[in-house]
Amino acid sequence: MTDCNDTLRELQTFLDREMSETARSVIHSHLEGCPDCLEAFDFHAELRVVIAAKCHNDEMPESLLTKIKQCFGEDPEAEISTH
Amino acid sequence: MADRAEFADQAMQFAPQLYSAALRLTRNSADAEDLVQETYLRAWRSFAGFEQGSNLRAWLYRILTNTFINKYRAAQRRPTETGLDNIEDLYLYRRIGSLDAARGNRSAEDTMFDLFTDDEVKAALEELPEKFRLPVLLADVEGFAYKEIASILDVPEGTVMSRLHRGRKAMHKLLYDFASERGLISSDPVGAEPHTADGTEQ
Repeated sequence: MTDCNDTLRELQTFLDREMSETARSVIHSHLEGCPDCLEAFDFHAELRVVIAAKCHNDEMPESLLTKIKQCFGEDPEAEISTH
Repeated sequence: MADRAEFADQAMQFAPQLYSAALRLTRNSADAEDLVQETYLRAWRSFAGFEQGSNLRAWLYRILTNTFINKYRAAQRRPTETGLDNIEDLYLYRRIGSLDAARGNRSAEDTMFDLFTDDEVKAALEELPEKFRLPVLLADVEGFAYKEIASILDVPEGTVMSRLHRGRKAMHKLLYDFASERGLISSDPVGAEPHTADGTEQ
């Protein structure tokens, strides 16, 4: 049986989905029997949803779309400008 | 990708998210617009270098971050990294995770959503030193995998993981500080969850 410390140490990797299926299932079975760890995992999963949503709601100025389209109108063979 | 017209069509759909990412990096709308425009210009000009069948979105983010690093970074004051290492694991959770009682009938997600304002979450990310802001932005906001982030930033995967770990903790602490300043949560962590990753109780 995996203990809580081992499980919590893997929290971010688990939520990042950067784990083998075997390792995931070990975490899963611990969470099924451990409400404390499950609460911590749920909290961080929710936090990620909130962070992603709130950092992604900027309104793009219409003028930028026009500028981007102008980039596509450029002669692609033109020499790359200095940076 | 068949031709340039198709490339332009496909690339355009990523403009809003590239603009959001550019705002988090440059922290102002004028520079963010310039950065996105330059990203598309470079993408258009180096179209030949784009490998057909590879990830167009990741390729655009790579151009965006490289352009930012080369062009804007030098001009920005570099925030100090001091204090970034002294944050324990589960910092935020141990302080506000046990707000269950306050949740009442609302769903957990609603509560968490209301706990921080949009501006606070953006500010918490934007205040991270760039070395940490980039991986956190690419992972937690843009949803890229470690491997993709390593390729976008040209650093090993292990570096991505450790910067993500430190960056997230720092961001969570900033979120906690903002919420405390507004008085939304008590700054006294009495009754905080004693469930720690390292087994120590504080």
